[in-house]
Amino acid sequence: MSLHHDVKRYPGLGPLTALFFVYLYAPLAVIVVYSFNANRVAGVWTGFSTQWYASALNNAALMNALETSLIVAAIATTVSTLIALSAALAIIRGKNVRFRKLSETVVNLPLLLPEIVLAVATLILFSLIDVQNGMLRLTIAHSAFCTPFAFLPIRARLQGMSLDLEEASADLYADRWTTFRRVTLPLIFPGVFSGAMLAFLISMDDFITSNLLSTGGSTTLPVYIFSLIRAGTSPELNAIATLLILASLILATVALLVAARGARETA
Amino acid sequence: MTDTTLHAPAETDSAPRARFWHDLSFWGLLPSWLLMGFALILPIAIIAAVSVATRGAHGGFAWDFNLAGYRQILWNEGWTGELEFTPQYLLIIARTFLLAGATTLICLAFAVPVAYFISRQPPGRKAILVYLVTLPFWVSMILRVYAWMIILGKDGTLPKALEFLDFPAGMSFMFNDGATLTAMVYTYMPLMVLPVFASIEKLDGTLIEASHDLYGNRWVTLRRVILPLTAPGIIAGAILVFVPSLGAVLEPSLMGGGKEMMMGTLIQLQFGGGRNWPFGAAIAMALMALVMLFLVFTALRAARREAAQ
Amino acid sequence: MSKAIEVKSVSKSFGTYQALNSVSFDIGGNEFFTMLGPSGCGKTTLLRMLAGFESPNSGSILLNGREVVDIPPHKRRVNTVFQSYALFPHMTLEQNVAYGLENLGWDKARIRNRVGEMLERVHMTSMAKRKPAQLSGGQRQRIALARALAPEPEVLLLDEPLSALDLKLRQAMRDELRTLQRDTGITFVFVTHDQEEALDMSDRIAVLGGGEVQQIGTPTEIYEEPVNRFVADFVGETNFLDVEVLESAAGQATIRTPFGLSITVPSPGHAAKGRATLSVRPEKINLGDQAQGITFEGRITNKNYMGGYTHYTLDVAGTELRASRRNASREGDTIPLGATVPVGFVAGSARVLAA
Repeated sequence: MSLHHDVKRYPGLGPLTALFFVYLYAPLAVIVVYSFNANRVAGVWTGFSTQWYASALNNAALMNALETSLIVAAIATTVSTLIALSAALAIIRGKNVRFRKLSETVVNLPLLLPEIVLAVATLILFSLIDVQNGMLRLTIAHSAFCTPFAFLPIRARLQGMSLDLEEASADLYADRWTTFRRVTLPLIFPGVFSGAMLAFLISMDDFITSNLLSTGGSTTLPVYIFSLIRAGTSPELNAIATLLILASLILATVALLVAARGARETA
Repeated sequence: MTDTTLHAPAETDSAPRARFWHDLSFWGLLPSWLLMGFALILPIAIIAAVSVATRGAHGGFAWDFNLAGYRQILWNEGWTGELEFTPQYLLIIARTFLLAGATTLICLAFAVPVAYFISRQPPGRKAILVYLVTLPFWVSMILRVYAWMIILGKDGTLPKALEFLDFPAGMSFMFNDGATLTAMVYTYMPLMVLPVFASIEKLDGTLIEASHDLYGNRWVTLRRVILPLTAPGIIAGAILVFVPSLGAVLEPSLMGGGKEMMMGTLIQLQFGGGRNWPFGAAIAMALMALVMLFLVFTALRAARREAAQ
Repeated sequence: MSKAIEVKSVSKSFGTYQALNSVSFDIGGNEFFTMLGPSGCGKTTLLRMLAGFESPNSGSILLNGREVVDIPPHKRRVNTVFQSYALFPHMTLEQNVAYGLENLGWDKARIRNRVGEMLERVHMTSMAKRKPAQLSGGQRQRIALARALAPEPEVLLLDEPLSALDLKLRQAMRDELRTLQRDTGITFVFVTHDQEEALDMSDRIAVLGGGEVQQIGTPTEIYEEPVNRFVADFVGETNFLDVEVLESAAGQATIRTPFGLSITVPSPGHAAKGRATLSVRPEKINLGDQAQGITFEGRITNKNYMGGYTHYTLDVAGTELRASRRNASREGDTIPLGATVPVGFVAGSARVLAA
């Protein structure tokens, strides 16, 4: 640009932003680099090795924790997305909804409370009514705190969708169920997908609640990693971390691409 | 599936109750009320009750009304029953507040310039930069904290790098409030950048030009046009960072070490290994009250701001 | 003429707001019927009731003699062209047009034929596989029409379908809609706030205002013989003069104008003696050498040259009158500002309305 004076430009922001992205990614890169270190002491580089990946993949406790996390996340995602979907439909599309505002607040309540409070409260509840099964405890708690994350994108999508389309469907001889199946659901699907992905992410990532509620047989991945960290940093831990970082980045990219495509196609 | 809602007879206002039960919205909301009622409202009610119950002999509690849990926040009960003021827990509450506040401010200081810069980029590059801001958020939080442990810890990247520069060997930057703060800023940063970006993005560029046209320089324009108009995003970001910061557990327990506790770790401690449930519940109620106060405060300010406009 | 739709004392309120107040009228089969009125007059509410999206608080609606108030939209053989078109963005044009037929349970071959036929009819065959986002406003309009007409509804409802189009396209679509209605023989119920559209296209017009039917009639009747001040004011331009009715007989009234003349003019119904309003359309007022009928003098206080027409504002003994004159030749606009000229109108072109 030959413009000498661009009023919207603030000098120094470019380098600052570059530095910011270095700050965001350098710590993750450090883990990745250390995971290939042959030396047991992470900070001392003695050569390139992939041996820690082999031992990570053969770690039965890790695989158990991964399995637990995946099962809990799958159930919590399904339950919370279905509940969020039906709540969003009722709140945005329902007629004469009583307690509309209150219901919405209740669905979003987990966002307003510190997680540790909810976690200990749930722990007390489960010990009072004697629920000992770790998986059951985890899936119930996870379903509850994942619901608002599933709810918000679905709600936004539904609110942005013109009522005209559903009326047009009814006008063209579709009953309520057909309208939902052929018009409403396909059009809000990007929201449902984003919501489900968020719920899955939040469930997989949860430490505070899972740490308090999990039992011996139901250690989730973050809880297991926490115990490894407590035992001291190790190259094997770095390898595990690298694999998980890689998995998250791929998952995130796929999710964002799918959401963007869905949004474009049904715009 | 009845069509009463669409074709109600004349009594639109006279029989809303009957209609409500026929409307699908009741059934649509029922599951969320059941889930939240059981897994959220009921536990919160119970913990409120536990906070005024009596500590059990071997962990747990007994249903006897007792304010000892709250009293313990400020006073220590000696062997003979006399109360002695102890600032110990008050300090933890203060630290929690200060760390959460500092986290919010540091995130904000980074977020505004970075979000502004990103918003000024051409669409393609903008989308990529937003994606790059979002991406680390998908990496498990515990791993993001762990990354800083291996950077700051003994034999970590930073001490080794300093050693290389002839600083004394064996330095560690771990197990203090600074380390906790570093991890908190890092983990919550995307939660600040994204809402701030969303509101800066909506800012009409001609307003900046108008400000300059009316003799405002960059600084005046930033202070009197850009910041006021992006206030909703800044407030949203502040809530998203401040509220979880107040309840932080992972960062203080991994980075802060055993002594540098925050309210979150203090609560957790009371419920691990059968310590003092009523006291833990009381601290939890205090934390919840702090969060609620903050949320009500920002909601009122937002309402006032809206009313003024 | 059979009755396609009978609206019988339909009332509807939203909260305390009375949208429709005991509205009754019939729409004939094969008729192009327009509901005309300003926003908030209840025309859209009425249309939505015919479609089944709203139900009246009281009254009844008959579709080909059958009560439909309790029949949901998906069971009414009525289709709507929405103001926003409401094309399903995730379906191709073909799928959009087929949607209603699928829900009616037509077999595949028949649907394919009908969709092809409809797309051809609206000249969109080549775009069958496209999605609505790839279309221009006019093309969307055509697809919305094809989709609504495909199931051969008993009545087609059109909710301001031309309002989103630009001026040139709107004119072309008017002719297209009119042709389509004649060809299909389906009853069209058209809602608009644009009086020109209504006059141009309709067989009959219902003028709605304040939740009530003000007048129903052919376009000529509505324009030339408005029954009240609301209709005369809303449809076209007019001059309202405060007059005094001296004498009144069947369909005629003798009145005194504010500038002193006593004249006899048509009067719908029976005008009571005393104060009333005289309505004279500007183009019925002639100036200069064209002045005829009841003549008097006026001074030109303002003029607006519009190309084909010139609008004049006149001062007639303290009363303001507006007149418009066609510029039939290049020299048509010759009356200078400030000039005092002869003014006249034919008694039969004015109407006495209740004050």
